[in-house]
Amino acid sequence: MISDAPVLQQASEPAENVAAPSRLSRYARPLLGILLPLMLALGWELLVWLGWSNGRLVPPPSRIFATIAELARSGELVRHITATLWRVALGFAFGVVAGTLLGAISGYWSLARRLLDPTVQALRAIPSLAWVPLFILWLGIFETSKVVLIAVGVFFPVYLGVMGAVLSVDRKIVEVGRTFRLSGPAMIRRILLPAVLPAYVVSLRVGLGLGWMFVVAAELIGASEGLGYLLLDGQQLGKPAQILAAIVIFAILGKLTDWLIEVAAAPFLRWQDAFVRAKGA
Amino acid sequence: MLALDRVSKTYPNGVQALARFSAEIRQGEIVAIIGGSGCGKSTLLRAIAGLDRASSGTVTLDNESISSPHAKIGIIFQEPRLLPWLSVADNIGFGLADLPTAERRERVARALERVGLAEKAQAWPRELSGGQAQRVAIARALVPQPEVLLLDEPFSALDAFTRRDLQDHLLDLWADARPTLILVTHDVDEAVVLADRVLVMRPRPGRLFDQIEINLGRPRDRNSPLFENFKRSVLTSLDRSLDRSVPDRDATQGPGQAMWW
Ligand SMILES: Nc1ncnc2c1ncn2[C@@H]1O[C@H](COP(=O)(O)OP(=O)(O)OP(=O)(O)O)[C@@H](O)[C@H]1O
Ligand SMILES: [Mg+2]
Repeated sequence: MISDAPVLQQASEPAENVAAPSRLSRYARPLLGILLPLMLALGWELLVWLGWSNGRLVPPPSRIFATIAELARSGELVRHITATLWRVALGFAFGVVAGTLLGAISGYWSLARRLLDPTVQALRAIPSLAWVPLFILWLGIFETSKVVLIAVGVFFPVYLGVMGAVLSVDRKIVEVGRTFRLSGPAMIRRILLPAVLPAYVVSLRVGLGLGWMFVVAAELIGASEGLGYLLLDGQQLGKPAQILAAIVIFAILGKLTDWLIEVAAAPFLRWQDAFVRAKGA
Repeated sequence: MLALDRVSKTYPNGVQALARFSAEIRQGEIVAIIGGSGCGKSTLLRAIAGLDRASSGTVTLDNESISSPHAKIGIIFQEPRLLPWLSVADNIGFGLADLPTAERRERVARALERVGLAEKAQAWPRELSGGQAQRVAIARALVPQPEVLLLDEPFSALDAFTRRDLQDHLLDLWADARPTLILVTHDVDEAVVLADRVLVMRPRPGRLFDQIEINLGRPRDRNSPLFENFKRSVLTSLDRSLDRSVPDRDATQGPGQAMWW
């Protein structure tokens, strides 16, 4: 707030010294995590190369990458990725909007919670894939039923996360807002939203994970394009490299979108972020 | 002037926490409230702050009845209750959102200077020690320049040394604008160091038992015999308040009658 005050320059110096070792481990740690899969991949490659395995059912990494490269060259890859991403994006958006709204309402008004929550909890107890036949009957085999299925998967963790977060906002901190006579909207903006944000980001990430899970289910059921279609096609035509290629791309996309949420939220969670990092160090 | 007129509070569970508490507190006076655990001190303070409503009786500040939080009344709790997502400076400026940015900055900077935390302006609350955090809470409550500042055992979670430091600090800050201070404490020493007047409460139901004027100049010497005397009389009164065989003095009618003792 008063970053132009001269005293601050002294303060930033020791802070930098403290940050240095944690910055090192920040880059070193993901590298450690990559080590194991890398070793496994290289080992498998070596085994096939040495002829100890023919790699027909479990193709070596080089063949998987060749498949990806070929799909990319023919333009197929972009088409499939676009289709899948689009479904996940739409389903995620609808699920998040609905989950956030209903979760916030249930958390904020106890009357709404009594009315709404039992029903939502009962619906949650149904394995979401059980809805698939119904969705197909109601909405057809095309995009709508897929997007709805994904949205359902995303909805529940977001709803639960938001409701739980609103309910567990510290009453003592709300009281601070009251002593400064915050109006309802100001209380939401200045106290409730920031208090809820960390849990909300977690629930978004969980929701996104479920979104990716459900897009596979939706595309396995019937699709003419999409990464799930690649899986199915690979199975029916006996192309394990194509299946693995799709899996690898799923992993990359899942990780990437998750990381996007993390990065987008990071500026708002700096107050908390360093705490987590300090604990992990 | 802050006037409490027969303030009573019965909680929904039937506990009568406060019964006909009356007192008049002059602008700029420092009043310490002391009494056994559960005698309604926090309840009283929350009623004055407008956080809870009294079941009956009235709290008036300068002829204005208080039933919800008021701009002229600030409160500091036992815990600092800083907002963890705001920097120290933003925490202090929390109650100044209506002011233009320049003035807010200027007042926050001055307050930071005043509580000796200028170099912590951009720190997060979790990076502060307990004493520092409580100083930020004091600054946050003082920066909107309240006429009345309520403190509910503000230093009780701190070690003796830090507590003394903050008591001196509080007096220092008080001298700037001389708001009315109403301080709940368990610490007789603290009451006698800070207060112009000590109100002793008695439990079940919480009511006013005694008042002791501390006629000592400032700064006060904690080791002077006079200081010891006042401490002793507060302690005696506190003991009597907890002794059920001692009858109630008619202290609930107002300050006048209890003062001759
Ligand atoms: N929210 C509440 N609901 C019901 N009873 C309450 C509530 N808050 C306090 N009480 C009761 O009211 C009485 C007075 O409580 P209060 O917190 O005002 O005491 P206190 O003097 O501040 O005590 P302490 O010195 O331990 O902080 C106690 O008997 C307590 O159990
Ligand atoms: Mg209390």
